[in-house]
Amino acid sequence: MARLFRSTQQFGNVLGRCRTHACAATPRRSPVEHWWLFGLCSHKLHTVADGPKSCPAAAPGRLPFSTVTPDDLDFFRKILPGRTITDPDLLQSSNVDWLKTVKGSSEVLLRPRTTEDVSQILRYCNRRNLAVNPQGGNTGLVGGSVPVYDEIIVSTALMNNILSFDSVSGILTCQAGCVLENLTLYLEERDYIMPLDLGAKGSCQIGGNVSTNAGGLRLLRYGSLHGTVLGLEVVLADGRVLDCLSTLRKDNTGYDLKQLFIGSEGTLGVITAVSILCPRKPKSVNVVFLGCETFEQLLQTFQLCRGMLGEILSAFEFLDSECMRLLNTHLKLPNPISDCHFYIVIETSGSDPRHDGEKLHNFLEEAMTSSLVNDGTVATEESKAKTLWSMRERVTEALTHDGYTYKYDISLPVDRIYQLVTDMREHLGDKAKSVVGYGHVGDGNLHLNITSPTKDPEVLAAIEPFVYEWTASCQGSISAEHGLGLKKRNYIYYSKPRQAVALMSDIKAMLDPKGILNPYKTLPDNLK
Amino acid sequence: MSGRVLVGVKRVIDYAVKIRVKPDNSGVVTDGVKHSMNPFCEIAVEEAVKLKEKKLIKEVVAVSCGPQQSQETIRTALAMGADRGIHVEVSGKDYEALGPLQVSKILAALAKKEEAQLVILGKQAIDDDCNQTGQMTAALLDWPQGTFASEVSLEGDKVKVVREIDGGLETIKINTPAVLTADLRLNTPRYATLPNIMKAKKKKVVNMKPADLGVDVATRLEVLRVDEPPQRQAGVKVETVEDLVGKLKETGRI
Repeated sequence: MARLFRSTQQFGNVLGRCRTHACAATPRRSPVEHWWLFGLCSHKLHTVADGPKSCPAAAPGRLPFSTVTPDDLDFFRKILPGRTITDPDLLQSSNVDWLKTVKGSSEVLLRPRTTEDVSQILRYCNRRNLAVNPQGGNTGLVGGSVPVYDEIIVSTALMNNILSFDSVSGILTCQAGCVLENLTLYLEERDYIMPLDLGAKGSCQIGGNVSTNAGGLRLLRYGSLHGTVLGLEVVLADGRVLDCLSTLRKDNTGYDLKQLFIGSEGTLGVITAVSILCPRKPKSVNVVFLGCETFEQLLQTFQLCRGMLGEILSAFEFLDSECMRLLNTHLKLPNPISDCHFYIVIETSGSDPRHDGEKLHNFLEEAMTSSLVNDGTVATEESKAKTLWSMRERVTEALTHDGYTYKYDISLPVDRIYQLVTDMREHLGDKAKSVVGYGHVGDGNLHLNITSPTKDPEVLAAIEPFVYEWTASCQGSISAEHGLGLKKRNYIYYSKPRQAVALMSDIKAMLDPKGILNPYKTLPDNLK
Repeated sequence: MSGRVLVGVKRVIDYAVKIRVKPDNSGVVTDGVKHSMNPFCEIAVEEAVKLKEKKLIKEVVAVSCGPQQSQETIRTALAMGADRGIHVEVSGKDYEALGPLQVSKILAALAKKEEAQLVILGKQAIDDDCNQTGQMTAALLDWPQGTFASEVSLEGDKVKVVREIDGGLETIKINTPAVLTADLRLNTPRYATLPNIMKAKKKKVVNMKPADLGVDVATRLEVLRVDEPPQRQAGVKVETVEDLVGKLKETGRI
């Protein structure tokens, strides 16, 4: 099986060198480097049968890294006894991403327990020129968490110890492999919570969250990881351990190196420990589910919300009626209120139930009497609140049951968010099965998702680059929080100028000269 | 028939909350802990409101026995569609000792006073798991009872009740007035919608004391001690079958 893949890779290498080639569809001009012609393209990696067609999201040819030898395996087995996995069945799940759209062919999975383990692994791999794919919870949505070819998977799954927690300052220090939900449960017992929360909390690990600068549902209130992460311990490409694991709230001594690694998607270093500032657990949490007729009303409700709920507002999410249809159909979750075109999930978090209840009551009364909102319901009990939240959190899951999903995570000016969804629907017409929009409208972040019964190059060709060009025309971001990974690396120019990308490339070359850390990801191909 | 239904709703610790025993083992910690309506009481309210929507009964009255905060539970019932509420105030030591016998005496007195056609309760409360109040209330009133109801249908002056029992389902027909207790599969409680939540603020909630109903809430029971269940021991992982057999022999299992 391995041999088959290797020969495919070599073939792919040859093909990869033929950059300019004719395409069936009309080539279009774009801000991206000129030799990428858009047209029919297949998301399949290493497919030779499709012929000389190329697409920005597909994998490039395999770079000339070394391949794993029996001597290498002996070394790994010596430093990680019982934690060097080569069984293809066990490797299966680590080679495929959560969306089941990207598959690698790694033959080695390593499970370090300590920072020292990781340091030894990277020092060895750097010397031997072996590519490495750092992997946390493998819940990423842009193909960044799985190997493209035979990169060695370094999993942080066993690095799940909490190192310390200071209950006065609320600063938590833990290893990178701690699962987000476990950290939240640990903190809740001590009257604190994690500053971020996302649907994947049961599987995602904090190291991965930091590497991708995950946003999530609480960003509106607690800010991004760039603000809440106080320190990091990172192992660099050559095995050196960079100890910036400070637990200080304020420290202006020199360049703030940790910011480089936050959001670097495992391409500049492997994060092994995190210290993070945690907020107090709110005494009073209310979740409100509202229904609006138009997006304008939704935005006005947001204004009203900001004004009347102010400092207790902790989340403002939206979903459209198409999302509700998918939740009803595929997950059998009933609509808590009557059918409306748009739904809002609002969460308030505060220290006084009476104070919050009053503010919320006033806001709801105003929203109803001014007819901004057609219908709604409130949950003050934890169990009901969870049910209302699941209407927003489980849309991603519902989509996976609807067919093959094309996911787009876009930052736009708030008032234009839904326009992209409407335009996309019109543009695709009958080609797509469902076109849905939902997301963190409070942060200006739209999750645009399109489904078709199976992976369809025609649908993809209709969506891209239309969606990216539309986004660029509003100076938006083509990846608000999901990162670039494998799938979006070549679209970076839609949102960043060439100078900026060139500087990123310099930094990458400085920190990882051999390019062994998570190759083929984040930065566009053919930079040098 | 009066067409009036009395629904009992109990304020309990929310089922999603982790329960902690007080350090002196006298009870569980309730201060500052999230409370909500007992899930089976929600089902009872939903059934009563459904009957009203079908125009089979005319009025739904929600009753709760407890401290000041029980009013919130009554408000939730009003937001779900109940017409008015009665708060029988019991607080402090009396509330800590309040159990099914006293509550059923209160409910029986109210059922007579309000000339209720039906009394619908949850089958049990999730804090004490007693499953006694419905049965005791029926006995005190000398009314028929349809407990563990998974289906209720009014037929003239009788009620057909499908009951969930160990062997399966039992269908009975009883006269009204009667006491019914709701089981899990009776219905799915509705969400209280905003318009109803707003309306509920204006509905009447009457306040009274057990003495006003001629009920003495003195208890004959004394709680000696409350303990947490024994901690679950962690499992042990072994590498080989030999190790497994060895460990089983060690602990005397084989």
